[in-house]
Amino acid sequence: MERTFHKQEINMTEALMNRINELIGHYPEENRKSALIPVLHEVQDAHQNWLSIELMDKVAEILHIKPVEVYEVASFYTMFNLKPIGKYMFEFCQTSPCCLNGVENLMDYTCEKLGVKVGETTPDGLFEVRGVECLGACGYAPMMQLGDFYKEHLNEQKIDQIIEDAKAGKIILHDK
Amino acid sequence: MSQKILLDKINIPGIKTYEVYRQNGGYASVEKALKTLTPDEVVEEVKTSGLRGRGGAGFPAGMKWSFIDKKSGKPRHLVCNADESEPGTFKDRFLMEYIPHLLIEGMITSSYALGANRSYIYIRGEYMWVFKILERAIAEAKAAGWLGKNILGTGYDLELYVHCGAGAYICGEETALIESLEGKRGNPRIKPPFPAVSGLWANPTVVNNVETISAVPWIVNNSGADYAKIGEGRSTGTKLISASGHIKNPGVYEIELGLSVYEFMNSDEYLGGMSSDRPLKAFVPGGSSVPILPANLIYKTANGDDRLMTYESLSDGGFATGSMLGSGGFIVYDDTACIVRNTWNFSRFYHHESCGQCTPCREGTGWLEKVLHRIENGHGREEDIELLLSIQSKIEGNTICPLGDAASWPVAAAIRHFREEFEYHIRFPEKIKHRDHFVNEPFEKVRHLVAKQTV
Repeated sequence: MERTFHKQEINMTEALMNRINELIGHYPEENRKSALIPVLHEVQDAHQNWLSIELMDKVAEILHIKPVEVYEVASFYTMFNLKPIGKYMFEFCQTSPCCLNGVENLMDYTCEKLGVKVGETTPDGLFEVRGVECLGACGYAPMMQLGDFYKEHLNEQKIDQIIEDAKAGKIILHDK
Repeated sequence: MSQKILLDKINIPGIKTYEVYRQNGGYASVEKALKTLTPDEVVEEVKTSGLRGRGGAGFPAGMKWSFIDKKSGKPRHLVCNADESEPGTFKDRFLMEYIPHLLIEGMITSSYALGANRSYIYIRGEYMWVFKILERAIAEAKAAGWLGKNILGTGYDLELYVHCGAGAYICGEETALIESLEGKRGNPRIKPPFPAVSGLWANPTVVNNVETISAVPWIVNNSGADYAKIGEGRSTGTKLISASGHIKNPGVYEIELGLSVYEFMNSDEYLGGMSSDRPLKAFVPGGSSVPILPANLIYKTANGDDRLMTYESLSDGGFATGSMLGSGGFIVYDDTACIVRNTWNFSRFYHHESCGQCTPCREGTGWLEKVLHRIENGHGREEDIELLLSIQSKIEGNTICPLGDAASWPVAAAIRHFREEFEYHIRFPEKIKHRDHFVNEPFEKVRHLVAKQTV
């Protein structure tokens, strides 16, 4: 894995540790490693939505596994980000049923509006646009994932509104 | 109105909550099973019902249950596959989001049948808000005494947890799902041993789809024989179909198996016909992995029989003229859709989702995507069609898990039924420059150009 030089401040709060211990309790003690993916979600959510090497090392320590066991999992699953990303990540589903309902044009519109290309973050760090594969909302296309939630039946007006709400801090990203 | 088994209570206000679900007969199957039936009797009911795996494979659920190793004395597990990611499929999410206790009730009754004391629901990471819905519903069920130690005083113990993935289609394959549940990369395992012998933490494990498990309460409350009366032949019961694409009423529908495809497509109770006045061009009946069919093979089979929504009728004619019911991901295309673009899109999906373990799939899906991309973007070569067929035939059957087949079938089917469209792309690159190239000039109008060139 490529080593990044982005700094991340690690803050394992009491609430986060309580949740991690609750998740670990869902598996037999000898299978503590099973909690890895749910735990990575929790620590990522609590750390600006990305995982530094240091943070992954911390998770390895908590789960009593080797750091490489965390890296190999974090790099396999697309929901884990190994470098900093935009705070509001617009993850558009770009698989065929969404394309039939115009998601490609809508992505173009969103990128133009934000002045970024797909995969880029706006200079203020607020927004990023990504194309992802099927999110399981084909009947409610076009749609995107934003944090823990889906935004469905999208159109240009709704995108404008979401951007406005995000700038005003009115969007809830995580369901805690 | 046809009979509803899974969605019959979906419109009751508050059915999401434990109280309302319970007031409406919820958890009755747990009471009946734990107090009056032996685990083997529950398995027998499910066998009699003819219920088949609703995740896509259609394997008889009762038979799968009967394979679980009860002799070794190891702990057994039931794992619910809620990693719904097949393009076109969004039915399980609907059940879990709007009537979460149905799945939990099914998990308890099914775990009892299998003798499992620790069960998991593995849900895809993107459905994070549904994960939270299930977590809260499990807590409600536990508080009401349906989970934990000595349930209903019968001596049966069960712990049920929900576990989330993190964005990997491959984890819908049952052994990859188990690997992922163990905190590893989602690489499918070589079978045998099957999970029924050595699954989660090397213990005997059954993995079932959300919809399969959600049908169990009805079967236990009524009977396997009653369930088997619904449907057509070996396609018993009801099936959730998630419909998308160019149709008037996209969404999730519960149908009795045996409904005609024509009625499903056109009646107002279901899809209500096309979304615009454009003609029907093609459909994919069971998620992106199953073969696409052209208009002339949708309502009738090649023999001229009515095409029905059953496992058998949809696959009538084999891959030459048929498809598969699969997961029930029903995608409809009108004549503005480009089959080449659609096939490229699906190939990109499979390339992205290949776990990389088997060379034919890891390399082959990349090749398929690249070659299809160049055809769709006006850089195709005459020999590319044969090249695609050659690549897909080398993936199919040569991989540990079925993702390789799933990646190669759509390509073969698209070429089988829409070869001219591929040829058009290769011969008239200037006409397909824009991504919406068939919107104003559907392929039907320009197909004569291909024919002319061939002569």
